[in-house]
Amino acid sequence: MKFLVCISNVPDTTTKIAFTPDNKEFNKAGVQFVINPWDEYALTRAIELKEAAGSGTVTVLNVGEADTEPNIRKALAIGADDAIRVNAAPQDAYFVAEQIAAVAKEGAYDVILMGKESIDYNGFQVHGMVGEMLGIPTVAPAMKLDMSGNTATLEREIEGGKEIVTVNTPFVASCQQPMCEPRIPNMRGIMTARTKPLKVVPAVGEPARTTVAEYALPPKKQGVKLIDAENAGELIKLLRNEAKVI
Amino acid sequence: MSVLVVVECADGEVKKSSLEVASYGAQVAAQLGTTATAIAVGEANEANLAKLGEQGITKVLFDAEPRLKDFVNNAYTKLIATAAEQEQAKIIVLANSNIGAAVGSRLSVRLKASLATNVVELPKTDGGQFTVKRGAFSGKAFSDVVLSGDRKIIAVKKNSTEAKHDAGKTAEVTSFAAQLSDADFADAPTQVVMQDQAGGILLPEAELVVSGGRGMKGPENWNLIEDLAKALGAATACSKPVSDVDWRPHHEHVGQTGITISPNLYIACGISGAIQHLAGVNSSKVIVVINKDPEAPFFKAADYGIVGDVFDVLPKLTAAVKALN
Ligand SMILES: Cc1cc2nc3c(=O)[nH]c(=O)nc-3n(C[C@H](O)[C@H](O)[C@H](O)COP(=O)(O)OP(=O)(O)OC[C@H]3O[C@@H](n4cnc5c(N)ncnc54)[C@H](O)[C@@H]3O)c2cc1C
Ligand SMILES: Cc1cc2nc3c(=O)[nH]c(=O)nc-3n(C[C@H](O)[C@H](O)[C@H](O)COP(=O)(O)OP(=O)(O)OC[C@H]3O[C@@H](n4cnc5c(N)ncnc54)[C@H](O)[C@@H]3O)c2cc1C
Repeated sequence: MKFLVCISNVPDTTTKIAFTPDNKEFNKAGVQFVINPWDEYALTRAIELKEAAGSGTVTVLNVGEADTEPNIRKALAIGADDAIRVNAAPQDAYFVAEQIAAVAKEGAYDVILMGKESIDYNGFQVHGMVGEMLGIPTVAPAMKLDMSGNTATLEREIEGGKEIVTVNTPFVASCQQPMCEPRIPNMRGIMTARTKPLKVVPAVGEPARTTVAEYALPPKKQGVKLIDAENAGELIKLLRNEAKVI
Repeated sequence: MSVLVVVECADGEVKKSSLEVASYGAQVAAQLGTTATAIAVGEANEANLAKLGEQGITKVLFDAEPRLKDFVNNAYTKLIATAAEQEQAKIIVLANSNIGAAVGSRLSVRLKASLATNVVELPKTDGGQFTVKRGAFSGKAFSDVVLSGDRKIIAVKKNSTEAKHDAGKTAEVTSFAAQLSDADFADAPTQVVMQDQAGGILLPEAELVVSGGRGMKGPENWNLIEDLAKALGAATACSKPVSDVDWRPHHEHVGQTGITISPNLYIACGISGAIQHLAGVNSSKVIVVINKDPEAPFFKAADYGIVGDVFDVLPKLTAAVKALN
């Protein structure tokens, strides 16, 4: 079984978001980048399934410029066998999906795993686009993934419940908790990651379909109004008469 | 040229988020000088579909194929693509739900359309550009995105736009057959399992939310959260560590790695207000924080606060709500 795991390089979850003075770009200064938290579920689950089957390969794929390589190496240290970086700034979801679809086709991967969504652009769309481009099913977001031969059984989260879906390879799935316990690299992994193959390939396809004109931060809160704990019921009156939300 | 709105139905009712989407679509249609047509998916009821006139929809397409009751990605995509071709829709509006986003992303490739998800406001169409405002960085920021091309798909974030109600207006419901075949249902679910929702209120759509963190001490104390939620008609939520240790189910976990919600009221009980938690809730209209530590970071993001013990404060709040009603 050939697994392709797509990882996005995103600002650490503790990042205070700031933009360049013209509000046209995300200000990367001082920001620590990590593997998108949801993609860690995809990566760990692929490694677990490969181990359980006793054969197969896990390839990680990132669409990004050279500065994403530390996180690609981290994915190799966690247990992926090799890596591919499509050398391009990821312009938008469509552009990224085209790159992933091209790599997936070229390498004839059986299972393409992604995270539920990137925590920076929150598109929640690359997996669906890739499935459509390749003409294969996408199961998103998946909370559980088991494989038996070429057949996968997944639990897909829907609002208010879940669906059990069975698909045959090839397919795309986007992963989220509680699929597995994401692994962290160990010393041996870090040592071997250095020599694992990382192939850099050029971008293909059409240009992006969307562009960001401007960013903005949410409006600041006015400040908190404190109510005495003894008089907690007062809060309910304020919520009805002042805030008018109940 | 028209605007096509995808409305999700469950148990015969149009979902609340789809009423918002219908209203959004009708307003976009008005901006562009055209009309809005809806296509229904899920378990729909014709009488309720006709009521979409109240949101400004003029026509509703309804395919009575029974297998469309449950979400089937391929079948839904084909259904909507067929409707979009028939209606010559240049703009498709859907909910930024698990269904809407899954279908929207496939449609964008099939129809060669540009796509914006997580959209929070009506588009700006001046100067020949089509710009939408969307949430980014997991609730920590917004971005204005320009959509290019002839066709556009917009997935609207729940609770971020208001559904208008023009009482008494009705939409014409017409039957529609997308000629779906067995192959289109190949990825149909083998089983659908619904959870027990607190009071039947879905967290992603809820207007009022009561949420608990580690300060609640253990799952045995959640009756305090549930009692207040029940009195208010609110959904319940929790912080990540609470769902990690299975005090509460995962679908209640809000935050940067859980779900992002924007209810009218979010009441945080015994939650410290870590940056990853705030990201999921800070677009709530009013935030109330109850925490015994006056230095808890959540107070900085709150509108109202009570410095106190949740075990003492929550029963008082529940009693006060009951006294109101
Ligand atoms: C400096 C910079 C500026 C950017 N500016 C923009 C911008 O203006 N507009 C914009 O839309 N995007 C921009 N991006 C790209 C953004 O980081 C995403 O790669 C892309 O938009 C897809 O994100 P999404 O939220 O739509 O993905 P989602 O659909 O939310 O992602 C789902 C999954 O797809 C996979 N995936 C996503 N991105 C990648 C990737 N790059 N490589 C491999 N797998 C991936 C991951 O598994 C992820 O969990 C920028 C990136 C950088 C570094
Ligand atoms: C990659 C990453 C992603 C993350 N994503 C998320 C996410 O999506 N969502 C999320 O929630 N967290 C997330 N976290 C975790 C986050 O950093 C915090 O650890 C978490 O939000 C804390 O949960 P809490 O507020 O319930 O617990 P704590 O931080 O332990 O806070 C408990 C609070 O309860 C108060 N308290 C205690 N007893 C009482 C009492 N009797 N009465 C009143 N108040 C009391 C305390 O003063 C304290 O403020 C993430 C972390 C990482 C590293």
